[in-house]
This record gives sequence, C-alpha cells and structure tokens, in this order.
Amino acid sequence: MYDIVVVGAGPAGMTAAIYARRAAKTVLVLEALNYGGQIVNTPDIENYPLESHISGFDFSAKVYEQAKGLGAEFVFEKVVEIRPEKDAKVIITPKNTYTAKTVILATGSENRKLGLEDEDKLVGRGVSYCATCDGNFYRNKVVAVVGGGNTALEDALYLADLAEKVYLIHRRDSFRGEEANAARLKEKKNVEFIYNANVTKLISEKRLKAIEVTDKIDGSIRTIELNGLFIAVGRIPENQNFAGLVKLDDAGYVIAGEDCHTNADGIFVAGDSRTKMLRQLVTATGDGAVAATEAVKYINNLETV
Amino acid sequence: MMNIIEVNKENFENEVLKSNIPVLADFNAQWCGPCRSMKPILEEMAASNPGYKIVSVDIDDEDELAEEYGISSIPCLIVFKDGEEINRSIGLISRDAIAELMEG
Repeated sequence: MYDIVVVGAGPAGMTAAIYARRAAKTVLVLEALNYGGQIVNTPDIENYPLESHISGFDFSAKVYEQAKGLGAEFVFEKVVEIRPEKDAKVIITPKNTYTAKTVILATGSENRKLGLEDEDKLVGRGVSYCATCDGNFYRNKVVAVVGGGNTALEDALYLADLAEKVYLIHRRDSFRGEEANAARLKEKKNVEFIYNANVTKLISEKRLKAIEVTDKIDGSIRTIELNGLFIAVGRIPENQNFAGLVKLDDAGYVIAGEDCHTNADGIFVAGDSRTKMLRQLVTATGDGAVAATEAVKYINNLETV
Repeated sequence: MMNIIEVNKENFENEVLKSNIPVLADFNAQWCGPCRSMKPILEEMAASNPGYKIVSVDIDDEDELAEEYGISSIPCLIVFKDGEEINRSIGLISRDAIAELMEG
C-alpha cells in the first residue's frame, strides 16, 4: 500500500509528489497521458518565479525529473474509479488496482468544445484547440479565434503574427483576459473584433471552409470564410469519474478551499480541478504543496490513533 | 533517440511506403509541446514493438511531406501498412490509444 496516490502528473500532482517524498512518504503518481498536463501546450512561460522564459514542456520535464529523483513512482494508466474502503482507498485503472492511505486528485481540465455539429470531425481539418501547436499551418491564411479569456487573447496575439487576418469572436462585449493582452491585440492591424456573437455553424467540404456567426443582440447572421478556427472557450475539469466520490460544484470542479480538503475523508484535491479563484501554474504548484502537506498530516494522525 | 528513425522526403518511400513491416509515422515539430511530450512514449513503444517501425517527420524541414499528407494539426500519427495509410490520430494520446492505432 502506498502512503499517497496522486492522480494526474501535471504541475499540481508532480509538486504534491515532491512534497510527499520530502516528508518521506511513499508516492505513486498515476497519469493517463504523459507528465506535464496542459502546460505542455504553452510555448513560453513568463510568469513563473525564477525563470524569465521556459517552455511548458521543458518546465514539466524538469519537475518530472525532480519528483522522480526524490523517489516518486510514475505509472501511465488512467484512473477510472476510486473506492474508499475501510482501511484504504482502492484506485482502479483498466490494468491494475492500487491501494493507498490517501489520494490527491490533480486531474486538471480539458478543452471545452463549442458543441457544434461536425466539430470533432473537423479537428485537424481546420478546427484546433491549440494555437501554438497548429498556428504555423495558417501562415498568411484567414483564421478566427473564439473566446474571451486569456487563452483566447494569447492565441489571437500569436496568430496575428502569422496569419493574414484574425477574427476574434467573443460572446460578450468585453474580455475576461488580461488587459495587457487585450491592449496589445487592439494594436494589431489584422485583427477584427466581433463582440456579442456566437459561432453557430461550421461549414465544411472535407476541410473547414467557413463559419456562421450569429449576433446575440440583433440575431443577424454573418458567414465568414476562413481556413482555421481556434476554439478557446475555456476548460472543463476532468472529474467525471469521481462524481460519486467527492462533492463537485455545478461546473464539475471538486469543492475545496485553500486547504485542499474534499468532503471525503483522506481525499485531497490540487490544481485546476478544484474550485478556486485563479488557475495558474503558480497556484497549481502551490496547491500541490498544500495538498501533500495535508495528506502527510492525515497519515501521521492515522498512525498515532 | 535510437529507436525512432528520422525520415525525410528522400527516404520516405523506402523507409515508410516500401517497408515490410507496418510503420507509425509521427509528424511533429520542435516548437510543439505536445509533440515533445509524446516523443518519450513513442521511444518506449518503438523499443517494445520490434515488429513495428516508428519514424519521425519534422514538418518544418519536410513541408512537402506534410503538405502531401494533409497535415494541419500536430502531433499527428499515421499508420502505414504496405504503403497505404490505414489509421491516423491527432493530438497527444495515451500509450493504449497508440497501441490501438497500431493494431489498426
């Protein structure tokens, strides 16, 4: 039995593993894909203390080596269920069953889709959720970004330097993202802002050819011919498998405060998948430290009872 | 980096299309984080699947190949058998999903 099983090897989960190992607890990190989580999509991190510039992949590779160097074990399997039994938590993947005294959920989030017909079919054929991955394919082409948060603004900025024209479509009349990004974007001559509008249809012929944009105020419909559509309408937490285990809010986030405690005994949560104000790299790693420290306290209490 | 063969437009036909064993071609780029994240997984898969050839195509150096295979999103994995594309997937995927892709 492990002292701590961490679900998810993003920045929160890997930091939790580091703290747990520093407290001499045994740690297994289970991850469905590969270490790093969504930060690997970020080409350049500029707001994490210590380094002025580092790519998300390089950052995660360093943290991975650090956690492994301290003795954390990593297994790449997707956790499909966690059963809280009397003496242990039972963690189930399609291949194995593990047991642990405590569990830290650090599952992060995945891209939210627009939910339009053919959206899935057109991924890689004009529809993308990662401007920094796919932007290069749209050099001197016409693209649109949907969304109003930081990711949408950053995507639009990145694409403005590559594409001939960038439409930024947002369902409100002001952006949620950082003012500095919005200001930079407004200086770009090839960016056209479309406010109070939703993308309501994807028009394709093998590849995406155009989109239909509906004005929320007067209901008018405009068709925009383009080569690429970058969808940046937020993330959804990946907690579906744990809905019966811990309390989630309406949006699917695990309900927890700064102490990273869930409502379930011995189960903690860290990073983007919990209810919190700011979802950033630095708050994810902060959560990892708190969740691991709380888990360690929990284990030490078990031993003294 | 021993197990993955870098291919370009000169050797693509020999290494991929004329290969006697199935080939998994990884279309990627240096600047693409998810591609770099997938590399170690592919290295492992190559080491544990001797009946399979895994090749890497850098789409910046090999824009003609990228164009020919209609790549517009990376990482993109394409499985070739007897010179024919039989399967394709886009984005960072799990080990199991790669194994499934290879099985066709």
